[in-house]
Amino acid sequence: MIKLIGLIPLFPLIGFVINGFFGKKMGKGLSGAIASIAILASFCVAVGVFMEVNASATKTHVVDLFSWINADTLKIPFSFLVDPLSSIFLLIITGIGFLIHIYSIGYMHHDEGFSRFFTYLNLFVFFMLLLVLGNNYLIMFVGWEGVGLCSYLLIGFWFKNTEYNNAAKKAFVMNRIGDLGFLLGIILIFFTYGSITYGDVFSKAHTGSSTVITAIALLLFVGAMGKSAQIPLYTWLPDAMAGPTPVSALIHAATMVTAGIYMVVRSNIFYTSSEDASTIVAIIGAATALMSAIIGCVQTDIKKVLAYSTVSQLGLMFLALGVGAFSTAVFHVTTHAFFKALLFLGAGSVIHAMSGEQDIRKMGGLKKALPITYLTMGLATLAISGIFPFSGFFSKDEILAFAYEENKALWFVGSITSLLTAFYMFRMFFLTFHTSFRGTEEQKHHLHESPKSMTIPLIILAVLSVAGGLLGIPAAFHGSNWISGYLNPIIIHKNPSTLSHETEFMLMGIATAVALVAIYTAYNVYQKSKVLPASSEKEMRPFERFAYHKFKVDEFYAFTITRPLDLFSKALHKFFDNQLVDGFVEGVGVVVKWLSGVVRQLQTGNIGFYIFSMVLGIVAIIFWSILK
Amino acid sequence: MLTGLLIIVPLIAAFLVFFLKGKNARIAALGFSVVEFALSVFAWYQFKTEPGCKLLYLDCTWIESLGVNFAVGIDGLSLLMVLLTTFLVPIIILSSFKNEYEKAGTFYGLMLLMQMALVGVFTANDGFLFYIFWELALIPIYFICLLWGGENRGRITFKFFVYTLFGSLFMLVALVFLYHHTGIQTGIKSWAINDLYEAGRSLTAAQQGYVFWAMFLAFAIKMPVFPFHTWQPDTYVTAPTQGTMLLSGIMLKMGTFGLIKWLLPVVPLGVAAWGNWAMILAVLGIIYASCIAIVQTDYKRLIAYSSIAHVGLIAAGILSWNQQGVQGAMIQMVSHGINVVGLFLIADILLRHTGTREISRLGGIRNVNPGFAVLFLIVLLGSVALPLTNGFVGEFLLITGVYGYNAWIAAFAGLTVILGAVYMLRSYQGIMLGESNSVTASFGELAPSDKAVLIIVCAAILVFGVYPQPLTDLAEPAVKTLLMSTK
Repeated sequence: MIKLIGLIPLFPLIGFVINGFFGKKMGKGLSGAIASIAILASFCVAVGVFMEVNASATKTHVVDLFSWINADTLKIPFSFLVDPLSSIFLLIITGIGFLIHIYSIGYMHHDEGFSRFFTYLNLFVFFMLLLVLGNNYLIMFVGWEGVGLCSYLLIGFWFKNTEYNNAAKKAFVMNRIGDLGFLLGIILIFFTYGSITYGDVFSKAHTGSSTVITAIALLLFVGAMGKSAQIPLYTWLPDAMAGPTPVSALIHAATMVTAGIYMVVRSNIFYTSSEDASTIVAIIGAATALMSAIIGCVQTDIKKVLAYSTVSQLGLMFLALGVGAFSTAVFHVTTHAFFKALLFLGAGSVIHAMSGEQDIRKMGGLKKALPITYLTMGLATLAISGIFPFSGFFSKDEILAFAYEENKALWFVGSITSLLTAFYMFRMFFLTFHTSFRGTEEQKHHLHESPKSMTIPLIILAVLSVAGGLLGIPAAFHGSNWISGYLNPIIIHKNPSTLSHETEFMLMGIATAVALVAIYTAYNVYQKSKVLPASSEKEMRPFERFAYHKFKVDEFYAFTITRPLDLFSKALHKFFDNQLVDGFVEGVGVVVKWLSGVVRQLQTGNIGFYIFSMVLGIVAIIFWSILK
Repeated sequence: MLTGLLIIVPLIAAFLVFFLKGKNARIAALGFSVVEFALSVFAWYQFKTEPGCKLLYLDCTWIESLGVNFAVGIDGLSLLMVLLTTFLVPIIILSSFKNEYEKAGTFYGLMLLMQMALVGVFTANDGFLFYIFWELALIPIYFICLLWGGENRGRITFKFFVYTLFGSLFMLVALVFLYHHTGIQTGIKSWAINDLYEAGRSLTAAQQGYVFWAMFLAFAIKMPVFPFHTWQPDTYVTAPTQGTMLLSGIMLKMGTFGLIKWLLPVVPLGVAAWGNWAMILAVLGIIYASCIAIVQTDYKRLIAYSSIAHVGLIAAGILSWNQQGVQGAMIQMVSHGINVVGLFLIADILLRHTGTREISRLGGIRNVNPGFAVLFLIVLLGSVALPLTNGFVGEFLLITGVYGYNAWIAAFAGLTVILGAVYMLRSYQGIMLGESNSVTASFGELAPSDKAVLIIVCAAILVFGVYPQPLTDLAEPAVKTLLMSTK
């Protein structure tokens, strides 16, 4: 099966090509079917590969395809690596990818760009698979930029809307800022270790000086900040919600944005070797988690709430990476993929039923009309809030436990984030599904549960969100923590956990209590007292308004970077380039012209004058030779 | 022999085409340029089977008393450039099929004449001959721009001509200076490239410095490198599209190729002393031109500035003088040539279909012609160097090369990755996305010839992006040999 690994990205590529060339002519049914089957086929191969890796003693397998870039010692083959880490990501990408493809058939049914949508989606899956399958950093980079392109195309899917186009462009450019860091990191790796193939690099990693290792770790992390939306490069992700909702679920929640986590886990040896880099990762992760959780508490657009929640959860994952809990981060990536994909798809189902309305202030009481959506989203909300025994409980508590061991302050920030998470998630949940309907009559008339192609993926994801925790039942519960053991071969551990089971239980208790308090508060405010979020900005309290405007970070960037760059460029063009540089060149011409004009006066055409000057010249020469 | 043929064929073709009229002229020109391309592919095949075989070289006495030989030959480096030239010229001719040029015979004749001079520049192994071809290339393009150009062409073309000629004269002085230092042991003066190499390396450091700047000036103006670039945007905008394509696609590579073959190996001490200044100019130019490109309103002028940025990176890669940098430069010269022809054709298509290239007046063309939007997007991705397009292979190697020279300079040069995305996506959004307006609503279908050119360009972008091996195979060993010879 592993020899067939090339098939995994090949199927979506074929789907992309078929849909790209013939999608419009084929009709929606066939177009959607081909795209979905392509991903299903990849999923089947991925399952086979996973079974084989799980069963076999050798955990890493390399499959070479062809040599790509060669420049003397810099040899970059197009080759794939199958190991526990990539096999897990393969399953997430193709598995959830498939469900979202099925869902999209229903969701995008009325859209005129139906086949174009599936073309992009297949291309995205192709690049995402390259990203995790590559056996060297440059192949990862290929996938990395490729998914960025697809993200650009899908955010701007409805390309007639200028705002969406701006969001798409912003996402691409911000990602490119990160990509530059990543690229420089790759180059530094090459100059330090003479190779960028994982195996070669990691086996020699310790030979680098600590400064260099820290530099590599941080440069790679800059890339991760862009792709995984961490401070300061996170503002593109909330805007990315402009894309169709299945895209938000697949790309901007479950898969692409976790690429940064994948990259850091892949390169974990650099982070365990550099205390400084790890600390920075942890701090940025914690800060991002907290900040976006606060913003999430005041958002009123259902997708924006989920977007900030995603940024916040990614922050938690980086917090985990920063404290050396690499397999825990992957665990959380997995459970998060389940429940966040579900939440987005559920939100899509709600938006679908509400004829495009996304404002939770105008929803309410939807549980009757949308029972399956209500139930599945409820489970996902419990999972993300970290309620026992849902999947989020296990992965999040593991992160908090590691954080507690490493640094109490980080643990505290993580716990506050969990508190806020449970609060804003249930705020959204109550406002959407409970109390009474606040939309228009026409919308009310229109309310309907989504078709089967949409609800079945919801149900499957709900099962996964509930049971996903089984992947990593901690020893305290007499579990084997399978995922940690599975990933063990590719992770360098700093030091084994010394936390006693009692402490672990205490932490779990605190976390659960905190979540319950938050849920109760949300219940009290939004369900019982039927409080509505401020309907206009004027009614908001100052801090609320500040948070509602995302702490004005976008404005800050516009003021400090975008606008000055534009002004600088204009000045450079109008003044420096046109006046100064070109002025000099033109000036030379003017001077020459002027001089010629002066010298031309000598050419009078008067023969007497010519003879006179000739005689003068001869006399001068004679004098000069005598004097010499 | 074969190389001689590659020079003679376009020359003869040029003379024949001069006498043809209208459609016949362009069809004949296309035919001849395809033949020329076939010849160069045959040369490639010869080179693959037996590099250095006699067929690829020609060396006969020309002016015996001065030691001038008509010496031309094809090695890996020149082969890449020759292939680029012979590949682009038919495409450029094809791209002109929707433009009815007056005096078509002269127009296409000049293009073929230009091709002959370009092949000469890339294959010359004799300094004198190199200079002759170098200047010869300027004459046809001068007339193309002057006779078929747009507004203000007289003034702008004159500036372009004088400016580049000014630089070339410095090169002539440097070449003569080198010539006088040949044959110190044998007493026989020669223009042969190897003798010039030897002469250059025997000079004192100070002398090498003068030669360096004299030659660099000529090449820097041709490319152009900041701050010698001010002739370029005006000339690119005013020239007829095919003239712009010739200038940017092929002719500017004379400058970068000159750096690789005729400057850096000649005066290693001069490079060691002054190379970092040239490097700083090149890298400053990248950011400088990228910033200016961001605020351009005319799409053709935007591409003109973006070309300065791209060439700056190529020059920086060459000046880093390591395997990755120089090889990256070779590959990027090919990629840039292909991509820029695509971009300028797009600018031309916009003008022909809507009557304007002002980005602010366009918009929503994707609604009207989605196929064009896809092709445009692929060309754009190639020029912002997305992985799996041809632009990435070169750009990655170039940044790696510059990093080998100095990490901070590389980081600064790397900003092009971000800025390039900014101006390219901004302009794409302005032109193609959004709602269509009165200017763009009647955009219509592409002409078959335009479509053909764009498809060829896009295919090349993807093929060389995924599988750059054919380019690497030529560039890698040649660059290695060259670098070894200077160490």
